[in-house]
Parts: sequence; structure tokens; C-alpha cells
Amino acid sequence: MTTEAYRDEADDATTPVADPRPTAAPHWSVADGVLDGNAPTGDPHTAWDRRRTDYRLVNPANRPKLTVIVVGTGLAGAGAAAALGELGYNVECFTFHDAPRRAHSVAAQGGINAARGRKVDGDSLSRFVIDTLKGGDFRAREADVLRLAEESVRVIDHLQAIGAPFAREYGGQLATRSFGGVQVSRTYYTRGQTGQQLQVAASQALLRQVARGTVNLHTRTEMLDLIVADGRAQGIITRDLVTGHVQAWGAHAVVLATGGYGSVFFHSTLAVNSNATATWRAHRRGALFASPSFVQFHPTALPVSSRWQSKTVLMSESLRNDGWIWVPMTPGDERHPNDIPEPERDYYLERRYPAYGNLTPRDIASRAARAEIVAGRGVGPLKNSVYLDFRDALNRLGRTVIAARYGNLFDMYRDVTGEDPYRQPMRIAPGAHFTMGGLWSDYDQMTSIPGLFVGGEAGNNYHGANRLGANSLLSACVDGWFTLPYSVPNWLAVLVGTPPLSPDAPEATVALEQVRRRSEQLIGNPGSQRPTQFHRRLGEILYAGCGVSRSEASLRRAVEQVWDLRVEFWADVRVGGSGAQLNQELERAWRVADFLELAELMVIDALDRTESCGAHFREEYAWPDGEARRNDDDWLSVSAWESTADGFVRHSEPLDFGLVPLQVRDYR
Amino acid sequence: MRIELEIWRQDGPGDQGRFERHVVDDATPEMSLLELLDRLNDQIAEVGGAPVQFESDCREGACGACGVTVDGVPHGPVANTPSCRQHLRAFGAVTTLRIEPLRSAAFPVIRDLVVDRRSLDRVIEAGGHVDIATGTAPDADSLLVTTDDAELALDFAACIGCGACVAACPNGAAHLFAGAKLAHLALIPHGKLERDRRARAVGERLEEEFGPCSSYGACVEVCPAGIPLSAVAAVHRERLLGVLKPKRR
Repeated sequence: MTTEAYRDEADDATTPVADPRPTAAPHWSVADGVLDGNAPTGDPHTAWDRRRTDYRLVNPANRPKLTVIVVGTGLAGAGAAAALGELGYNVECFTFHDAPRRAHSVAAQGGINAARGRKVDGDSLSRFVIDTLKGGDFRAREADVLRLAEESVRVIDHLQAIGAPFAREYGGQLATRSFGGVQVSRTYYTRGQTGQQLQVAASQALLRQVARGTVNLHTRTEMLDLIVADGRAQGIITRDLVTGHVQAWGAHAVVLATGGYGSVFFHSTLAVNSNATATWRAHRRGALFASPSFVQFHPTALPVSSRWQSKTVLMSESLRNDGWIWVPMTPGDERHPNDIPEPERDYYLERRYPAYGNLTPRDIASRAARAEIVAGRGVGPLKNSVYLDFRDALNRLGRTVIAARYGNLFDMYRDVTGEDPYRQPMRIAPGAHFTMGGLWSDYDQMTSIPGLFVGGEAGNNYHGANRLGANSLLSACVDGWFTLPYSVPNWLAVLVGTPPLSPDAPEATVALEQVRRRSEQLIGNPGSQRPTQFHRRLGEILYAGCGVSRSEASLRRAVEQVWDLRVEFWADVRVGGSGAQLNQELERAWRVADFLELAELMVIDALDRTESCGAHFREEYAWPDGEARRNDDDWLSVSAWESTADGFVRHSEPLDFGLVPLQVRDYR
Repeated sequence: MRIELEIWRQDGPGDQGRFERHVVDDATPEMSLLELLDRLNDQIAEVGGAPVQFESDCREGACGACGVTVDGVPHGPVANTPSCRQHLRAFGAVTTLRIEPLRSAAFPVIRDLVVDRRSLDRVIEAGGHVDIATGTAPDADSLLVTTDDAELALDFAACIGCGACVAACPNGAAHLFAGAKLAHLALIPHGKLERDRRARAVGERLEEEFGPCSSYGACVEVCPAGIPLSAVAAVHRERLLGVLKPKRR
């Protein structure tokens, strides 16, 4: 690794615009001191209650004078904007979509967990915390997980009240089902479209506030930079995607709820427009970026099957409740799956993890699938998938019951593959999915830039190194409706009586100019390749070098490749068109430019963390039986990265677990 | 597969627009309609042209962002399937396709195949929501909802807000979209309380921005969520219920 200085374009706002083109290969160093997560001390069970009581309040008469910017209208963003608007704050809410309902939360299928513990299957608040911390391989902040569990109880009540029609038992009570990594039934759901129903309900609640005049909603408007003045976040720069108008907005606080960056892999389960630009630009302005290499690979994605394929389609993990996963015993078995007799099938999850079987957590299931595929037992035309077989479930329960449980997923599978999953097994493969990394934030969800808050998948705290199924909708909803509406006012309280930053302030105009210059640079670049071509290639590099499993060799290779690609991007990207109209090539170009920078940090984070934990599986760090080997002596911490003129600098937040003792994850 | 495409090109809202002819020689049966457009755009970019602007996001049929008109049919030839889930293998021996935006007076064209569907959200703003303040909800288990009601609510709630129903309607009505919302909210405990006001507000907004419903049923044939025609009836029924209540705002 070279030690040459790494040139950074995120200079402080008063320096001239720097060239975003890379000049030297990246390197990194480790900072002195430790990061403080600011979690309450004392009894963890009363921590959130005490913190809420300690928060400063804002007199209702003062609230309309305080402006909060919320970026993103997914479950976290719509919830935060609606709740803060309802409280009386002046909320400016931004989304690049044409309607808030289209945020990617809409595509989550399986369900939302809640520690309600109503059934007699042994669930409880404590067990939720244990499952979540263990599932995340002890790389989450315990205090945050406890708060998540506590609020999960009333978040279901709220979502049901604003219109989400949760599945019900015949007697009228809420129905639940089980998910990976958990042996109890605590997942509330709405067929295979839970995310859609929660998202639509949340965006309706947001539009209700728009109608009441408490939230100004700006659709088709993308955040392209953060304005930092006096050491705190005071606004954002946006581009109107229809007119190209670039504008500065001042505010007392900024909330980023812009989702995860799994789409950095190109083929991911995320929507094709999901991106990292808002969080990455905030990072470049000083917000620490935590655990970028912790990316979950979803075990039940559909395999990539054609050259032009634009993304990887996700099938809900709930399918693992009734579908059995297997591969043929014999590598290269060409027979039709229905012709392979029982003794020649390997139900490898049941064999390796008898206690959890099909319900092992996602990282374990993904890794096990990859192991089978690498060993040559993969199935399908490209030998890159495993079978998910409903034959037994169909025989046992009948087609009607299966259709009621998973009908829309079966239809989707048939659309995508042209195969009928009622007649032959589905084929599934691990696909890049949820990102556990994101902007680092403290217990109050404030990033390392004062006044900049983060919610949902854009942040990092809850999931550790692996997210349990059905915890993402929960964390987004809890952040939006029941955490940020307490912690953001606490910050606003000290700003009562001050005006928001003027859009004419020097920090704003300099940032504005930088965004304009960057757009012009992209549009005017005399290149020949579309941004998407770079994105595809970046994805291939990351899957190979920083995918389901990583090694020092694969990561070192990826660092070089990402670097070369980034150089090539700025030399040869072609955008075309004009900056003064709807220009999707330009949108893609700046997103890919940011993905290239982020990918660099992802790979460095994976290289730096010399252990295996959760979704971060370093081949060098495994137990003799091949299971991931955590190193708590050296890595019981969150890596939170800073970009400086001298390269990336790692800050560490030590983690401690008071309620749940450290243990080796064993799902056997 | 060789496919000849006639694609609608329009530089901006003020531009008259025109069809442009293109040929994709290497289309494959497993391609989705949108992947065909991706491929076309690569081809256009290779010769220095401006790629066709079109919308899509989740590409799984959930977000409702995509929606183009194929040979006159919103979303394309496979009934009740969104554009992103239309695959060439299902089109038969097709060699030509004419692709244009969702057409409706309520959806002005922004550029090429991208239209402005904010009129749908204005219907929701008018009343397509439940009035409940954050933190005040009772225990969700204390309000019993029968499985049948929950499932029926879900049938209506499945709408993805793509607007194909409006584009398919000869009158440009949004009754399927609005009715699905009214029916869904009328079936759940909290939504029931204000259903008369909601129906009135939503009905008024429909009249302001969309055409009248003549029960053609064209909407149902294209709806990717399979919303039943009874949603249309819900608009009338819910408004009628509202008539019986005193008018107060």
C-alpha cells in the first residue's frame, strides 16, 4: 500500500473547489483516543426512559421558528418528517422520487419484528435483545438495541392505527411468524408486502402533514451536499431533477434517512436508484462512516441469469419457513430437480445446523450456499444457485395454503424466471442486500457533525455485523416515529431564537458552487462510457473481492481495481445532455462517482478488520470447521472512518455488553 | 431476438414530441421490458445519442415507479403486470413494439417516457389517510379485526400507485386508485371513524383533476395489483354514506 497522501475534495467550505479526480492511491491510519457513543449509564432497562426525561423541550410557540430538513421519505424519513411536523416544527422534506410512497422501504416483503411476547413460545424483550445482539455477532451498540426492543411494542400499534392492515388470526388478534436467527414467532406481517403496506401508511401520514401545512415536501429533488457552518450541520444543497435548478437550504438541524448503499454492488436487491450520495457527501463534510464493509448478502435472492440483468430480485426470507433448501449430492448433477431422488439430495442447512435448520441467520445461510456453489454443487444454467423446494410443504398444506402465504412471491418468481415454483423448486442465491454500515451516530442518533442526525439504514447502530430478518423495517419505523422526534428537539432547544442559515451565507454559496462545478465536470467530460458501465464493473469487483467471503488477497486486489476504475471513470465517463433538464445519465454519474469513493473505503475497512464477524467473513479467520471466528480481544469495537487530506483515519468506539454476555454464535 | 422499436421522444413539457425508430438486434427472451430499454440506451449512447429517459426503481413490482404504454396498453401486453415484470418471453413472436408514456391529461409528460403523476398524491393529501397523532394509538391487539376484513382490506391496499388505471381509462378517471384507498381505509378500525369526510374530500379532488368514471373497467385489466372493480363502486358507496352525515369541516 502506498503511503502517498490521498487528496480529498471535501475541503472545508471556504477553500477553492478541488478536482474530484483521484491523484494518489488510498491509505489509512488509526486515530488516537476512543469514540463515545453517549449511551446513558446505569441500569440499561431504564436508560431510554431516563434519557427521554433528560431531553430538553421546545415550547410549542417556538417550534414553527425552528426548521428541520429531512432527506428521504422511506419509513425513517417519512416517520420523522411527519412526527416533527405534527409537533409543530417547520419541516422541509426532500425525496428524489416523484412520490414519497416509492421509497425503497416499499419493497421489503417479510415483516416487522416486535418484542411483544404475547405467545407462550418464550419470547420476551430480553430475548429480542439477545437474538439481535447475537445475530449481529456482538458488533452492535447494546443500548440502542434495547431502545429498539422497547419501542417495538408501540410502533406496531402506531403503524396499525395509521392504516397498515397487518395479518390477523381468525379471532381478530395480530398474527405472527418466525424469521431467520430466531426460534420464536415475533414477526408481524402483511402477506409478502409488509414493507409496501408500512411505507404507504407512513407516506400517507406524511401527506396528511403536507396537507396541514406543517411539512413542505420537495419531490424529485436530490440532496447533493451538506452545508456545515460553525462546526454544525446547517443545511443542504439540492438539485431539482426536472429543471436542474441547484439550490441551498438553511436549517437548524438536518436528518438523513436516505437508506443503505447495497446497490454499490450493482446487482443487489435494492432499487436501481438507491444510492449513497447523501450519506457519502455528508461523510466528505466530516461525518464519520462506520463499518462500511458490513454488507448483508440475502440468502434467498434470485440468481443472476442473464447478461443484461439490471438487478437481483429478492424473495422474502419467510419462504424458508416452508421451503427446504438443498443441492444435489453429486457435483454437476444435470438431472431435473424433480428427478433427483431423496437420498441424493443434500439438505445442507438441516444437516449442518439441526437446531435452526432452514432458519439459520442470513450470513450463515448465505455462506453455506456459497460453499455449496463453490464446491461445484450449484444448480441452474450457470451453476450459481441452490434449490428452495416447496414440494413437501405443498403436499402437506396444499396449494391454497401456500398460495395464501406466499402467492405474490411465487408469481414474482414465475415472472422473473419463467418457471412455475408450484411444479419445480425455486433457484436462489446470495445477493447483496442490507448494509449494516452507515453514518456513525451516538445514542441520540446524532452523527459526528453536530446537528446532523441519521435514521434507518443510513445509520449503523442496531444490526452489528449481520441484520436479523424483519429488524430493518422495525429500526426504520422506530427511528422515524419514536426516537428522532425526541432527540432532534433536544438539539433544537439550544437554538431557539437563532435564525436558520441564510442560503446566501458563504458556506452555502461555496458548497453550491462545488455542486455546480461537479455537474459541469461530469456533463462536459469527453468520455465514451455510460456511468452504468462503470457501476456494473464496480459490482463485479466487489462481489469477487469483498463479497460473501473476503481474504487479504482478494481485498488487496479489489483496492487496486477500484482505484483503477475510479481513475478510468473520471477519464472516460460520458454523460451528455444538459444540466438544465431531467437528465438521468447525470444522476447516475454522480451516484456512481460517490459509489467509487465509498467502495474504496469499504474494501479498506474489510482489509483493516482482521477478524470474521457476521456478514464480514475473512477466510483467514475461521474455526477449523469453517465457521466465522470473531476476535473480541482486538475488535470489540465499531470502526468509524474519517476522510482527511492524509487518507482515511479509523476511529474506534469500544463496545460493551452488560446484559448479554459475549458468546460464540452457534446455531447448531 | 430482433425487435423494432418505436419510442416516444419528447425533450420537455413544452416539446411536441415524436416517435423515433430503433432496432435492438440482441434482445433475449428473459429480458424484461425495462431491460430492453436499458439495452436500447446502451446502443443509443454508443453512437453519441441521448438515452431514452424512463422511470423505474425497485424493478420488482412494488414501488409503482415504472409504467410505459406498449402498443397502446399501459404496462404492456401481459395483463395485470407492471412494466418491470413484463418479460419478452411472454410476448409471443413479437418483432415490433411501440413504446410511449402513460397517456392522460392528469399526467403531463416531463421528458420522453417520464410523466408527472403528482395528481395521485393530491388525492391522498385530500383525505387518503388516517387522522391519528403519533404516540396516541391504542394497543393494536385491543381492536379486533377479522381475518376476512384484514384480507379484504389488503386486497384493496395492494395498489402500487402506478397510475396505469388512469392511463387505461378512456375518461382519464382515477376511481380505481381512489376507490382502493377508500375501501381499504373503511375496512380498518381507525379509518372507519372519518370515512364520510374522507370520501367527500377525495371525491371532490377526483372531480377537480380527473375524468368521470363510466365503469368501462379498462382500469381493472391493466392494474398490476389486481385491484377489483368493486373499488370503483366504493367511491360511489362511500360518498353516498357521506351524504347521510351532516356536513362539517
